[in-house]
Amino acid sequence: MIESLERTEARLGDKFGGGILEVSHFRDELTFLIAKESLIDILIFLKEDAELKYIFLTDLTATDWPDREERHEVVYLLYSFESHSYVRIKVRAKEGVKVPTASGIWDVAGWFEREVYDLFGVEFEGHPDMTRILTADGFEGHPLRKDFPLTYEKPQFSHSVDEPPEVVK
Amino acid sequence: METRSMTLNMGPQHPATHGVLRIQLELEGETVLKAYPIIGYLHTGIEKTAESKHYRKVIPLTDRMDYLAPMSNNLGYCLAMEKLLEIEVPEKAQWARVCLTELTRINSHLVWVGTHALDIGAMSMMLYGFREREKILGIYELVSGQRMMSTYFRIGGLAEDIPPDFDTRVREILDLFPSRYDEYEDLLTNNPIWRNRTIGVAKISPEDALSSGLTGPLLRACGFKHDLRKANPYSSYDKFDFDIPTNDGCDVYARYLVRLEEMRQSLRIIRQALDGMPEGPFVADAPGIVLPPKERVLSEMEALIFHFKIITEGFCPPEGEVYQGIESPKGEIGFYIVSDGSPYPYRMRVRPPSFVHVGALDKMCRGGLLADVIAAIGSIDIVLGEVDR
Repeated sequence: MIESLERTEARLGDKFGGGILEVSHFRDELTFLIAKESLIDILIFLKEDAELKYIFLTDLTATDWPDREERHEVVYLLYSFESHSYVRIKVRAKEGVKVPTASGIWDVAGWFEREVYDLFGVEFEGHPDMTRILTADGFEGHPLRKDFPLTYEKPQFSHSVDEPPEVVK
Repeated sequence: METRSMTLNMGPQHPATHGVLRIQLELEGETVLKAYPIIGYLHTGIEKTAESKHYRKVIPLTDRMDYLAPMSNNLGYCLAMEKLLEIEVPEKAQWARVCLTELTRINSHLVWVGTHALDIGAMSMMLYGFREREKILGIYELVSGQRMMSTYFRIGGLAEDIPPDFDTRVREILDLFPSRYDEYEDLLTNNPIWRNRTIGVAKISPEDALSSGLTGPLLRACGFKHDLRKANPYSSYDKFDFDIPTNDGCDVYARYLVRLEEMRQSLRIIRQALDGMPEGPFVADAPGIVLPPKERVLSEMEALIFHFKIITEGFCPPEGEVYQGIESPKGEIGFYIVSDGSPYPYRMRVRPPSFVHVGALDKMCRGGLLADVIAAIGSIDIVLGEVDR
């Protein structure tokens, strides 16, 4: 398992040395932080390279870091059926900056990207259907951002229509 | 003569959508031109809620995503946390986990075969499926006190030791179920109505299956011999002997055959787990993370302090991020946890199999008949609680 990750790191480093900003190893997992410009090239390379064959997009999600200059971090998790290993690719983007879509490479990426757009507000450039997916129609804000408050409705003990439930932040 | 396509709204309150799934169908006559799933009616913000809870208090949330496979969800989360904390789980706990997650797989598949057959028109199948499921819920109740939201696994092992009559009760299931599976096969496998409704229906090509991110029985019904239990073994699965059923049919019938065979293989695994159940502790020795046993809390000062600290402050894993995927009954369920060194997860992402599979519905339904949409939804085995989280 570790051997295949070393090979991935070496091959990707040879090919896209400039596009890789950071490589990290943690608990036998390999993570690349890459420049947004080379994202699509790297994903296509990982998928189509005859040695690596990371043909399966397992997951696509994001994390929110409001204190950073580039607050959005989009995370791609790729899987190879040959070496049975995962590799994680990350890109960062400022608020309002679009990330190129991977929906042309994997169909499922388009589906995941809608979720990221809905919950984090990251927009994907070239996505065919950039609409909300989980939250209700007319919902405002992006719930998984750190500055989005957790709220709840106070339990109500009357049935009066004129007193709507109080929302507590 | 002018012909127009018609848009039909199916759901969210439709008995055959297994919950609150809505599909916008574009039809020409009875042929489906496009199926556009609209989800989110059950969105409860589990990932957001998890960010405000101590790591150990996230476990009950995972049960509530997929109420048919609570143990699998628990296992995925606990394994991810054990990876992050570098905890070695004792063998007994691992084997008990294998035993219980395989029972969970059978549980989930039984409900699936029952409801799926009901959707297509075989009513009696549902009664049989739920009759057998009752036995498994009995085991859940035996170990955890709960029939559905069991929350039995803990970070580091199990909540409590497995009870003494666990072995005999599970063996009853092992003896009973093979003949019951034969009954299902008698009812469905060669039934001409069943075959007509399922063979060649809701097909998806192997290339599309990969591109759409299908996992689990759906991927195996497209001919891929991929199972995380074999490919990336976790929780001692590499010590068990079992086969991965596959089928090249790519249709509803192939998925049915794969799942039915998986239930038989699960029985094989459970038998091995019971036969070789090791002796020893049921939870890892990890002070500050695992709660000390109650009798020590009541008699020793140190244990009391640990107990108090874990309950009130939680524990702080090292900074970092891990992903752990496991083979749940529905496919690959993965937990991606980002820790910033505080007692709360900075981010807890669930990679839900059902969510991904709903996205592939359009490909399965296009060009098929309206009635086959029901068969397609049934065959991908979705639980809306997990789709929307």
